[in-house]
Amino acid sequence: MARTRYGTDRGLTARMFGTLFGLGLMYVILAAALYALGFSAILILGISAALLFGQWWFSDTLSMKAMRAVEVTPEQAPQLHAVVDRLCAMADMPKPRVGIADNDAPNAFATGRSPDRSVVVVTTGLLRRLNRDELEGVLAHELSHVAHRDVTVMTVASFTAILAGFMVRSAMWGSMMRGRRDQSTVVIFLVVMVVSVVVYLISYLLINALSRYRELGADRGAALLTGQPTALASALTKITGDMASIPTQDIRQMEAVSAFAFAPAVAGKREFTLEQWFSTHPPLEKRLAQLAKIAGELGQR
Amino acid sequence: MGFLDAVLGRRKPARPNLDALFALPTAALTLQAAMDFVPTGRASVAFRSPEGRAFADVESHVRALLDADGGPPVEIAEDAFGFDWVLIHTDPVDLGNAVIDAHAVNTSLVEGGFGPQLLCSLVSFRGPDDRPLALVYLYKAGTFYPFVPVVGSDQQRDNVLELQVRDLLDGELPMEKNLSRWFAVWDAPGL
Repeated sequence: MARTRYGTDRGLTARMFGTLFGLGLMYVILAAALYALGFSAILILGISAALLFGQWWFSDTLSMKAMRAVEVTPEQAPQLHAVVDRLCAMADMPKPRVGIADNDAPNAFATGRSPDRSVVVVTTGLLRRLNRDELEGVLAHELSHVAHRDVTVMTVASFTAILAGFMVRSAMWGSMMRGRRDQSTVVIFLVVMVVSVVVYLISYLLINALSRYRELGADRGAALLTGQPTALASALTKITGDMASIPTQDIRQMEAVSAFAFAPAVAGKREFTLEQWFSTHPPLEKRLAQLAKIAGELGQR
Repeated sequence: MGFLDAVLGRRKPARPNLDALFALPTAALTLQAAMDFVPTGRASVAFRSPEGRAFADVESHVRALLDADGGPPVEIAEDAFGFDWVLIHTDPVDLGNAVIDAHAVNTSLVEGGFGPQLLCSLVSFRGPDDRPLALVYLYKAGTFYPFVPVVGSDQQRDNVLELQVRDLLDGELPMEKNLSRWFAVWDAPGL
């Protein structure tokens, strides 16, 4: 019987499950609150669902526009396409479109509503800084996001937060429209405000926690697909570490706008743990530790 | 992929399908009869070599296995993308032996737990006026596609001939229907 080196990470699965459970609980509480307050719940739910659906449906075009990325053909970027081709053949998944964003910050993202309609974008800064194996690791990480359907999962997960924002607005609007200034209007208004803010805060924390677990999941998928966890670790160090803030572009070539992004290398230590709670990506050390563990598993005879 | 796997961000690694390779010798006869392309006796197996000692062990096992029949020593070449290609040379008349050797390489890799890293296998042919042609086998999809580079050109493919070969072999080999998966293997060892 063939061995498999794809052990499931039970800890990660359990934590993700816990986070999802928390998010589900938020939906229930929110629905109950809406019902108790006598809101026209259907309308609010409908509007926020429509907004979010639009964001999800057009996620590829929206993100490409926001990042000023352009799609490239295999003729324009043969090397990049060839790496994506091979990764997709190994993972047996449909090939996403490939884009490049002209930006010196080393970064990459994948988006799109389904694996068939996805796009993987890298910045020119990433292409300049990473070597072949590191680039392959980063692309495999983004392809893992596509395969795991992370855009869809995160869109569904962020529903409560959007809904809470809508409640604040419609509560204000509703109380003004009714024009009644009696005691109960003020109380209802305050309760709605408090509920929305609390829901927003908690769902925000949970969504970010979920996002961090998805990142770890994508790192894991990438390391096991390429069999090169060390190359990915080295790419992460280059992208997220202090090294990323050292520019590669000649200062004479820099445009006025990108000169603004010329941020000084902030040597901030991550001592404040609250910062981690609000972050969408796990700390670098945690990602490197996971990759080191996978490297150990790959070396086992 | 199940719903739970999507929710939990997992994906089962694609399993390579190894047995479709054995249909190659008969397909080669058809190719020779209809289009005068003859096998060169060269085949190669491409995989992304993972880091670590465990893989080095599997690799030396593969070498020992292929060298055991007293033929020329097996070559392992790395391409520009960091993929390793195990080159198999056999008697051109007997494509069956090349397929058996390729299968042995695959099986060793899969048993070592490196199935996910298998990329493709390639069997090369030469046509009239020494035209190169390769049948590429995608392990994870379990399908074949033809690859015909234009001689003396800078990375151009003869797509018309490739489509003809696909139509010819359609009944004998599982041909890849999605043309965007027919990725190019320029300068692949064994081509």
